[in-house]
Amino acid sequence: MRREIQFWLNGREVSAQIAPHESLVEVLQENFGLYGARESCGQGMCGCCTLVVDGRAVSGCLYLASLAEGASVSTIEANAELDEVQQAFIESGAFQCGFCTPGFVLMTRQLLDEQPDPDEEAIKHYLSGNLCRCAAYPEIIEAVKLAARKRRKA
Amino acid sequence: MKRATQSTETPQVGRSVPRLESWLKVTGRAEYVHNLRLPGMLYGKIFRSSVAHGRIKRIDVAAAQALPGVYRVVTSREVREVIPDPYYGPAFHDQPILAIDKVRYVGEPVAVVLASDPHVAEEAVHLITAEYEELPAVYDEVEAATSKAIVHEVLRPAGTFPDLKHLKDRKNTNVALDFHLRRGNAEKAFKEAHRVFEHRFSTQQVMHTPLEPLVSVAESTESSLTIHTASQSPSFVRIEIARLLGWPENKVRVRVPFLGGGFGAKLYIKLEALVSVLSLLAKRPVKISLTMEEQFFTITKHASTFRIKSGVSKDGKITARECEVWWNGGAYADIGPRVTQKSGFTAPGPYDIEHVAVDSYALYTNLPPAGALRGFGIPQLVWAYEGHTDLMARELGIDPIEFRRRNLLREGRPQATGTVMKDAALEKVLERLETLMDWNTPLDRGNGTVKKGRGIAIGFKACVSPTTSLAAVNVNADGSCIVYCSTADMGQGSDTAMAQIAGEVLHMAAESITVVHSDTDVTPYDMATLGSRSLFHMGNAVKLAAEDALNKLNVLRKELGLAADCPIPDIFKKKYGMQAGNVAGTGSYIPSYKSPDANGLTDNATPFWMVGASGVELEVDTETGKVRLTRLINVADVGTPINPKIVETQISGAAIMQLGFTLHEKMQFDAQGQLRNASFAEYKIPGLLDLPKEIINEAVTAEQKTGPFGGKGVGESGTFGVSPAIANAIHDAIGVRLTSLPLSPEAIFMALRK
Repeated sequence: MRREIQFWLNGREVSAQIAPHESLVEVLQENFGLYGARESCGQGMCGCCTLVVDGRAVSGCLYLASLAEGASVSTIEANAELDEVQQAFIESGAFQCGFCTPGFVLMTRQLLDEQPDPDEEAIKHYLSGNLCRCAAYPEIIEAVKLAARKRRKA
Repeated sequence: MKRATQSTETPQVGRSVPRLESWLKVTGRAEYVHNLRLPGMLYGKIFRSSVAHGRIKRIDVAAAQALPGVYRVVTSREVREVIPDPYYGPAFHDQPILAIDKVRYVGEPVAVVLASDPHVAEEAVHLITAEYEELPAVYDEVEAATSKAIVHEVLRPAGTFPDLKHLKDRKNTNVALDFHLRRGNAEKAFKEAHRVFEHRFSTQQVMHTPLEPLVSVAESTESSLTIHTASQSPSFVRIEIARLLGWPENKVRVRVPFLGGGFGAKLYIKLEALVSVLSLLAKRPVKISLTMEEQFFTITKHASTFRIKSGVSKDGKITARECEVWWNGGAYADIGPRVTQKSGFTAPGPYDIEHVAVDSYALYTNLPPAGALRGFGIPQLVWAYEGHTDLMARELGIDPIEFRRRNLLREGRPQATGTVMKDAALEKVLERLETLMDWNTPLDRGNGTVKKGRGIAIGFKACVSPTTSLAAVNVNADGSCIVYCSTADMGQGSDTAMAQIAGEVLHMAAESITVVHSDTDVTPYDMATLGSRSLFHMGNAVKLAAEDALNKLNVLRKELGLAADCPIPDIFKKKYGMQAGNVAGTGSYIPSYKSPDANGLTDNATPFWMVGASGVELEVDTETGKVRLTRLINVADVGTPINPKIVETQISGAAIMQLGFTLHEKMQFDAQGQLRNASFAEYKIPGLLDLPKEIINEAVTAEQKTGPFGGKGVGESGTFGVSPAIANAIHDAIGVRLTSLPLSPEAIFMALRK
């Protein structure tokens, strides 16, 4: 039942033996020890499992690993140094328990790639698929604005 | 990585230190039990009851056992091989590790499949069948008080709490605690009152939904257990598992890394007894990770009904109040009886009322168990008494803030129990809210189909008492410092706060201090991380431990003939001839307390008071019933903030969470007690688009004189006023009063057309 797939993970070519029902999040956790993307609601409603596949954010708990064959997969663990978004999340205090944070960071990067200077409405709409039960939402909005400023300066 | 200087004269308390674990959290590296895998580990998946109340006639596990890849299927029969009397709970020993003879709610764990592959375990669960002889069930808390459907044949109080002991062996009742308070003569005062008002309010059952669902791992030898668990109460887990197994405490080790949210869901025992037994049976590590859906069948917030009656004098003073509160505890008591008593005694609200009568009942029903959820019952009470307050002010033609001010408990005045108010900035909080709301400027009422309104509410809370915290502070030979405490950091920022407190005493930068996470083999006892108690209790313990360490360092300086300001590394070098040794300080804290007498009265009910108020401006679309908050202002007395930024986010987060419980969230059951919306697709928690247009959070200038550096708890205060403030504002906008939560568009739409 298992078959080998090859894909690019955080810039390196990798392979994994996967079963057809396994999600990409499971494979990253079990085969590669990457835990930054995590399953929470299991329905693609909360964004805790956010991963980037071929440059687009996906819900990793619903994304079958077999679909990643040949694709380029990027996770929160990709960068060695903190980027502007991560720095801004720290400076704005934009998290509490931290469980949803990697998903928010990845989505914020994608937002700022598309819209370098988003207004508050744009931020709310773009990130509305990510949930934070600690409700650090006002701080997250601040962090996105701060990250945008940091990126423009850089 | 940049390291902070250790020694510093900069004040550590009152500084917005970024969370110590910031880097770990933004890089996805923070340790959660969720991440843990152990060699040879099995996954457990739970088979759950499909009926609300029934005798188990048969459980057929043969097909599940036969599925390739299944290691073992376990029912209560196997559980009893390890623990003959496998009932647990903090207030009552009423909850079986797996259902025995009877099931008491839909979703109750009945059997577990163990397999190396969680998908195999899950598939096998679907092959299990059970037959039940269905029994009459009861779901409503008020009905449960007199229902013929009895959830538990006999009551089994745990023996820990003196006020539950009299319930031992009681039969034919669903009442798991009745708390009564009598002060003055309410009945007589009602007769003499100028006006008497009576209302009834209710709240719905909701769930914490921490985004890290409940998860526990146990590994065992023949005589010892290590439990890795997402728990708010590692010390309780150790004591309770040791009790169940008849083992000494030192054979049960409980480790807790970061929690992906808790909010009261991860208290006492949830999965820990189950994984312990499974590991002892399988002789392999066992992990159970609940799904989001399963969390709804594990622990919830009490639904409640509150009848409240007040007598008011001609000059608008409340002279008497009668409160009757029913708490829907679900099938197992969990900490419900504490909610009934500890919150029950504040049911009359933060008002100076001479004649008070409170009756508060914890009820068993055939619903998922209810426990503590951010406020320990207080939001349910404030919902009722602040709606009631507003309705009275409206009837009396008195401005709602003025009416409250006239009746508010002042410093030094006795609360319902007789305990005098101390360091409770009720007046200040109300005043500040009035200013921030710009209350004296009339509000534009809107026109057309969208109507505008505003409302406020204020609540208070006592802290559960008496409870104990211990801490240790270790100073290493190089002058670096480690704090050992069993407070669980579930996002509230306790690691950072404890480091700031220790740093303030030892003149060290908080960023340079390490806080060791709960490990019962290493960190000292702590009652639990709950009820906003940690900053006060553990904060005091950490302060004492740091002072003890400092004192020992000073003694060493003196003994060694060193100057009073001799740097720490030089003390150790002089003493041991090299960088060696360490100094350990310890601290323990338990506040004084007096149990209530037969009338529910005591002059020492709580070590401190929490105060929270909210003000709301909103718009109601009268064509759809949709409410849109334009302003939400939350003001709290948190004593002196140890970390102002984290305090602000705590007030804000609590208020937004309560916003979800107010406008959207409700566990919906059908007539058979089946939950219909146990998923985020159908159970909506607040997201970014639900934020009020403007949100202001403020802590008033205050001091808790008995707290560490003037601080006290803040995790719940933001929840108190939100729900009633919104209902009061809706009333103000459209002239319609809603008395049940949630305030959904449907409810508003229907009420408008009544």
